[in-house]
Amino acid sequence: MTQPRPEVLQKLTPVLTKRWLSPDAWQIGVYERLDGYAAVRKALEVHPDDLIQLIKDSGLRGRGGAGFPTGLKWGFIPQGDGKPHYLVINADEGEPGTCKDLPLMTYDPHSLVEGAIIASYAIRASRAFIYIRGEAVHAARRLRNAVQEAYAKGYLGKNILKSGFDLDLVVHSGAGAYICGEETALLDSLEGFRGQPRLRPPFPAVAGLYASPTVVNNVGTIASVPYIVLGGADWWKSMGTEKSAGPMIYSLSGRIANPGQYECGLGITLRELIELAGGMKPGHNLKFWTPGGSSTPILTAEHIDTPMDFEGVAAAGSILGTTAMQIFSDQDCPVYNTWRWLEFYHHESCGKCTPCREGNYWMVRTYRRILSGQGTYADLDTLQDTADNIFGRSFCGLGDGAATPVVSTLKWFRDDYLGYIEGRTAPRLSEKSLVGAH
Amino acid sequence: MTDVEKKADLVTLTVDGVEVTAEKGELVIRVAERMGIAIPRFCDHPLLAPAGACRQCLVEVEGQRKPVASCTQTVAEGMVVKTQQSSPVAAKAQAGVMELLLINHPLDCPTCDKGGECPLQNQAMSTGRADSRFVEHKREYEKPIHISSQVLLDRERCVLCQRCTRFSEEIAGDKFIDLMDRSSGEQINVYRDDFFGGDLTGDGQVGEGEGDVPFNSYFSGNTIQICPVGALTGEQYRFRARPFDLVSTPTSCEHCAAGCSMRADHRRGKVLRRLAGDDPAVNEEWNCDKGRWGFRYATATDRITTPLVRDAVTGQLREASWSEALLTAAEGLKAARERGVGVLPGGRLTVEDAYAYAKFARVVLGTNDVDFRARPVRATGTPLSATEEADFLAASVAGIAEVTYEAVENAPSVLIAGLEPEEECPILFLRMRKAHVRKKLKVTALSPYLSRGLEKLGAAVVTAVPGDEARLLNTDPAVAAALSAPGSLLIVGERLATVPGGLSAAAALAERTGARLAWVPRRAGDRGALDAGCLPNLLPGGRPVTDAAARAELSLAWRTESGVLSGTPGRDVDQIVAAAADGTLGALLVGGVDPADLADPLLAEQALDTVPFVVSLELRQSAVTRRADVVLPIAPAVEKAGTYMDWEGRLRSFGAVLPGTAMTDGRVLEAIAALLEVTLNTGDVQAVRRELGALPAASARPVPPVSEPATTARPGEREAVLATWHQLIDLGTLLDGDEILAGTARPPVARIGKALAESLGVADGDLVTVSTGRGGVTLPAAIADLPPAVVWLPTNSPGSTVRRSLGVTAGAVVRLEAGVPGPILAEGAAR
Repeated sequence: MTQPRPEVLQKLTPVLTKRWLSPDAWQIGVYERLDGYAAVRKALEVHPDDLIQLIKDSGLRGRGGAGFPTGLKWGFIPQGDGKPHYLVINADEGEPGTCKDLPLMTYDPHSLVEGAIIASYAIRASRAFIYIRGEAVHAARRLRNAVQEAYAKGYLGKNILKSGFDLDLVVHSGAGAYICGEETALLDSLEGFRGQPRLRPPFPAVAGLYASPTVVNNVGTIASVPYIVLGGADWWKSMGTEKSAGPMIYSLSGRIANPGQYECGLGITLRELIELAGGMKPGHNLKFWTPGGSSTPILTAEHIDTPMDFEGVAAAGSILGTTAMQIFSDQDCPVYNTWRWLEFYHHESCGKCTPCREGNYWMVRTYRRILSGQGTYADLDTLQDTADNIFGRSFCGLGDGAATPVVSTLKWFRDDYLGYIEGRTAPRLSEKSLVGAH
Repeated sequence: MTDVEKKADLVTLTVDGVEVTAEKGELVIRVAERMGIAIPRFCDHPLLAPAGACRQCLVEVEGQRKPVASCTQTVAEGMVVKTQQSSPVAAKAQAGVMELLLINHPLDCPTCDKGGECPLQNQAMSTGRADSRFVEHKREYEKPIHISSQVLLDRERCVLCQRCTRFSEEIAGDKFIDLMDRSSGEQINVYRDDFFGGDLTGDGQVGEGEGDVPFNSYFSGNTIQICPVGALTGEQYRFRARPFDLVSTPTSCEHCAAGCSMRADHRRGKVLRRLAGDDPAVNEEWNCDKGRWGFRYATATDRITTPLVRDAVTGQLREASWSEALLTAAEGLKAARERGVGVLPGGRLTVEDAYAYAKFARVVLGTNDVDFRARPVRATGTPLSATEEADFLAASVAGIAEVTYEAVENAPSVLIAGLEPEEECPILFLRMRKAHVRKKLKVTALSPYLSRGLEKLGAAVVTAVPGDEARLLNTDPAVAAALSAPGSLLIVGERLATVPGGLSAAAALAERTGARLAWVPRRAGDRGALDAGCLPNLLPGGRPVTDAAARAELSLAWRTESGVLSGTPGRDVDQIVAAAADGTLGALLVGGVDPADLADPLLAEQALDTVPFVVSLELRQSAVTRRADVVLPIAPAVEKAGTYMDWEGRLRSFGAVLPGTAMTDGRVLEAIAALLEVTLNTGDVQAVRRELGALPAASARPVPPVSEPATTARPGEREAVLATWHQLIDLGTLLDGDEILAGTARPPVARIGKALAESLGVADGDLVTVSTGRGGVTLPAAIADLPPAVVWLPTNSPGSTVRRSLGVTAGAVVRLEAGVPGPILAEGAAR
């Protein structure tokens, strides 16, 4: 492990993560001492439209992966339509490699609650939901406790801080289905139905939860709101780049010395992040990595200086996604890794549309065959073609996410595939090891 | 809609380089279809909401990054669409999806019922690869699952298009099958009790065992018809035939008054299956399970194929030649003419055959004693002199065809009385449900409780104790409010006849509110028989018998001498039965009537026993044929041409599906008439149609009856007012011989309110006995939101033959006991 140089260390901008290391910051008393619930007092004194404008001015973009401008999304909610409005917070973090929301909710749950109050006030919602992943029991427990504390202190419920604004916040645990991170499937699941993506249009802003105007935002997005309210749009924009403003939690995992969350301004490079993380693990050399979770096309060592913002990663042929960077070394096999990811996508496909349901079934079996030394040259063409038949043809993005690692590893590491097919690489799977492999 | 508005709603787009205009909101796949471009599809169905699940219909739209599903994409001005015909991207996308659909499909076409008419098979030929690249193991499932006694599911064939589940939810409202599990293990399946804490099925298998909830829907057969693969099949047809060996004939359903268009498929002289026909004005593309599967009665083993005559020596029926039988019938009727002959044609006739009975009664028998109504026509205990229903039908129904399915679909509000649409006119129910779901139709129902069918219509129930409907129609503010909006409809069922003053009140209410009135009978031939003149007070075309001018018109058309047509209304069904039972009448001429359907089956059988001479025109052995002196076999609907008139008054003409030598009722009556030297001219369907068509329009219309409501019965301790109607699938004679279909019937229960159940000390499912002096019915109790002293029984279901066992109809007071009848009943029977 190496120490990062001071000029790189300076690039750390702890905003959302600043309380994580403070003991007991998840308790409301500690949170309040650390500037907690100051933003909500400020926000409730201004007109909701001004808050929407503030968020627009800050350039905040959705932290769930797509990077949609948050202020714009809030502005889509029709006002004065006589319908109830809802805020739904997507806390169904479940993509392999992505681990920014769960620690946030575990160590600083009140920042999410506070953000939810402000956001609900801005879009005129009197009921908000946090849809949290079923397996995240500890985070959900902390979050429920935080909500309870907030009610007790009058930050939630009727006439919040004597402002006349009412808000009920419900923490709903899902059943651990990755598809429920897709916003319309999340809404169906929240309504008590089978979690499958809905046809769009209508979009959630028009007919979302219970057919009413709904904003669906990621945890990181909503948790950013109190800081923007307190610090102002200009301060927020002082971090990151022009088009990708603000700080971002980069979740580093894999073959590095110190895996974890590193919050820096958007636009930092992997080289700098690895340095912050104490360098690669001894004996490991960077081979490939995901910029934002397993559904973003992998990048290689040659992309180590790509600026990690929405535009920079797109220019390199990938997607910023959730800035979940899984770092793989020369001791890792891209074929084997792709198979592991595919088992995940196959398991998590909801089954609604043909390409994702059947395509993953097929690709998983092809990978198992290749990895057990039974692959053929034709398999590579079939894999490429099947991935092409899934990508952009499936009902929602899950299918695209499944096809992505196949296409990108075939692009960068075709020789690794050929190794198994030509017998140069020892089989990783035997029939025996397939038992219980998924 | 004015022309200007219409133009504003049109957009112009380009499909495969051809400019086309389309209505705003139209789906790209429909526009392409109109242009003759067939885009392959599975989940898309024009009557179901778009799903976009199968992804087979992908096309390229300029400006869109990815191919779009043409079944979910609506048109837009200037849109440029390229289908597989002009876009390699679309063609590749479609081929890719087809390949993926087939990797887990068993390709067992040679043994699959769908083979030969399968959208998957056909589109695999047009869009699929010739050879498979798939070398892995295919998904396997245990097969088949019995979703109901009738519907079977082979999951490995399923492409998960969700047409069946969407139909169940969107159209029928019976959501009993659904998607389960996910990923490549996603499947259509039925809910199992053991998922919800119920009893385990024991064998661990899905679909069989005591713990299962069956796929209980009257419309389940439609899921088989719209399944684009062979995943859903019908037990009755499974493995019986190949589609390409069948001869298909369009026809019309003979069961209820809904008037469904149908397709009958036959092979080697036998109908093997029936499907819903496509008629947007009537049944759209749906039918009910009774219409789909209830056709085996025509091939039952007790079908009569030879005339029978009662032997003078042995007193037994024996086979006879047609000439002997016709002569015996003619002579017997001739001899009885002086004392009088009652004619009971029944409600299952075509218009042409009904007309033959009406004409035969007037011209040959010289009587108006003819009544098609094979059911109670007045409340139990009402004097026989009351003719409210006949007067109502003459004034407000015969010859009128104002209310249509379309009117129902577009009405703002519908009030129903004396009708349970799901049980008694299922396709009307579907249309009302469509209107309720898609066009916010408000349904208000006069009913003793919120039935499952009414619940699916979102109906507001005006709780009516049977017999009290007339008062409610006259005075209830919710009733009047339900008809306040222009275009509202008042739909009454035939059962309202058993409420004194009910039909009078309905006619008056329609008059008062301006709502249009429709009358919905239960049988396919009822409305046609009414318009053909099979009523004691009506001649064909809705002409009152009391109208001298109308009689003169008919005399001219029928070339009878003046004075042959009587100007006095004849006896109705109850009066005919009474007159036959007391020995007044000399003979009865009976068509397809089951005495068990009449108000008092015992009296009806006594009448048949007492009357000196009975001629029966029947298909199969029945309680009438066993008592008849002459039995003349006639053709079932499948072997004859004819016309039904549905509840709307719409004509539903059809040709013979099967060739056969059996004669129509009209042809048999014509032959009898000929022996009595009358030319009836009813033997040829075309001739009858010409004759009916040549009749001048009826001029005079009588005024509706004004009958006062009766005071409702006051049940005492351990008594209740009886509510009853038929369940769709019951003991009706046209459902004989089909146990598979009978397996989908709703289990018979006695419905009582909570307070009554408590006073009887019964819980849900405990046995309750409902009795009168005649006898009793014992059924499991089902607790529902009925008024305090009301009990509901199915009219004619296994274990509940109300008319035969109790001898009363709705509105009568019955006794209730908990448990199985003991000595109490015997005591009651003696009283």
